[in-house]
Amino acid sequence: MPTDTAVESAEVAGLDALELQPKREKGALGKRVWRSAWPKFLAIAIVLLIWQAAVWSEWKPIYVLPSPATVFTDLGNVITTADFWDGVRVTMTRAFTGFLLAVVIGTIIGALVSQFAPLRAAIGSLITGLQTMPSIMWFPLAILLFQLSESAILFVVVLGAAPSVANGLISGIDYVPRTWLRVGQVLGMRGFAKYRHLILPASLPSFISGLKQGWAFSWRSLMAGELLVIVPGALSIGVRMQQARDLSDSSLVICYIIVVLIIGILIDVLFNTADNALRKRWGLLGS
Amino acid sequence: MSLLQQKTGSVVRLENVSKSYGDLLALDRVSLTVAPGEFVCLLGASGCGKSTLLSLVAGLDGITGGTLDTGGRKVSLMFQEAALFPWLSVRGNVELPLRLQGVSRSERRQRAEDLLGIVRLTGFADKRPHELSGGMRQRVALARALAQDADILLMDEPFGALDAMTRDILHDELERIWREQQLTVLFVTHNVREAVRLGDRVILLSSRPGRVIEDYAITHARPRRIDSPEVSGQAAEITDRLRAEVARHAH
Repeated sequence: MPTDTAVESAEVAGLDALELQPKREKGALGKRVWRSAWPKFLAIAIVLLIWQAAVWSEWKPIYVLPSPATVFTDLGNVITTADFWDGVRVTMTRAFTGFLLAVVIGTIIGALVSQFAPLRAAIGSLITGLQTMPSIMWFPLAILLFQLSESAILFVVVLGAAPSVANGLISGIDYVPRTWLRVGQVLGMRGFAKYRHLILPASLPSFISGLKQGWAFSWRSLMAGELLVIVPGALSIGVRMQQARDLSDSSLVICYIIVVLIIGILIDVLFNTADNALRKRWGLLGS
Repeated sequence: MSLLQQKTGSVVRLENVSKSYGDLLALDRVSLTVAPGEFVCLLGASGCGKSTLLSLVAGLDGITGGTLDTGGRKVSLMFQEAALFPWLSVRGNVELPLRLQGVSRSERRQRAEDLLGIVRLTGFADKRPHELSGGMRQRVALARALAQDADILLMDEPFGALDAMTRDILHDELERIWREQQLTVLFVTHNVREAVRLGDRVILLSSRPGRVIEDYAITHARPRRIDSPEVSGQAAEITDRLRAEVARHAH
């Protein structure tokens, strides 16, 4: 039967074609952007409206609660000064150094804890405890240890973020599916190769959520730190905000709140992009 | 050729192999030999320890008593789930065993391409596992198992989660690949027809504990069809025997 293989081949190919999902059109880019953007614009408009209504009702004197128009004019003036960008640079340098340090320390601790059972028994619950601890509690000690210096801020930022990073890695390693571990065993993975080809890639989604949470904690700790620990000469966003408060300049204080909010949102978008890209590669997104 | 092979002509030899987990006896003095190039199906109801048996042969678990000899041959194991790694492409998954063996990049690529050709998935190398259907994933898993270049392929209900149509076609595919690649296969299933469709021999195991109760030789000409009268007839005979064994457990 010479045509047998040809028939079989066609059967297999036909079945494959039937079982694969037909590709669907996603629609034009502009339309998709608009669809995800308009609810956000609407939310901002509602907030501004409520704010403006509060101003109109003269609930507080206008120099304590300025109108949105005043604040946005001030914001426009502030962000065009080189001074402001210097402040952003100081703050972001601290944020990134602190966060990177926390990632390194958290990853090492997480890897060690997930590897050695006695270590887990010893400090596993301590890590979770540290995670729930409000970071502002550390500042008095940090100031005593490091005086009013960059190190005091860094110390608290790292303490805030490292436990989340470590926990993300630990739970990622703990929840590697059993079937994958069995495959690793069948393929003869051992020691370093097992980590390189199985454990680390498999724990990546959980690690990324750990990083995201770690960033949120370090950003909060940093803002608290900049208001409490004023290092001479470093005019960070926090210091500038404190100065505005000292001058009773409500409008400027609100400007800095908006700046911090926007930075927070931008970084969050970065993490979400990474997270979504990974989920898409893994097929974890409903499409 | 090893001494064992000269003496017995077998690639897997179990003699009175027992396995217990604490008080629970999973396998009781199982004896079984598999000849080179043979397709052997292990058949049994729940609790016959057929998956346990494969884990023992694969070396994933240690035996409690008896002798298990694979003559140091390489063994590969496929599961009911394809268990492909989602962070790798189809090609990456097939290349993984080669990477672990330290095969060079260009050779790896060529071998993976060949293996995907064998399972008729040429052109899907750059897809992600989640983009494939269940049957296609199982074929990628087969290609990955073949990449291990093992002498013995163990299959633990590999088609159990697939629909009937896909399973039929994959039976043809597996039979073809087994013949072309001259594999030795130990195939676990609880589907009697599947066992008769595929096997040179069907070994029937009892339940709790697992013992070999029957060893049927299947001599129908290949290629076979699962719905042919010969296959159905012999499957009916084996099913009766299996049902009698299951009924024994109704107290």
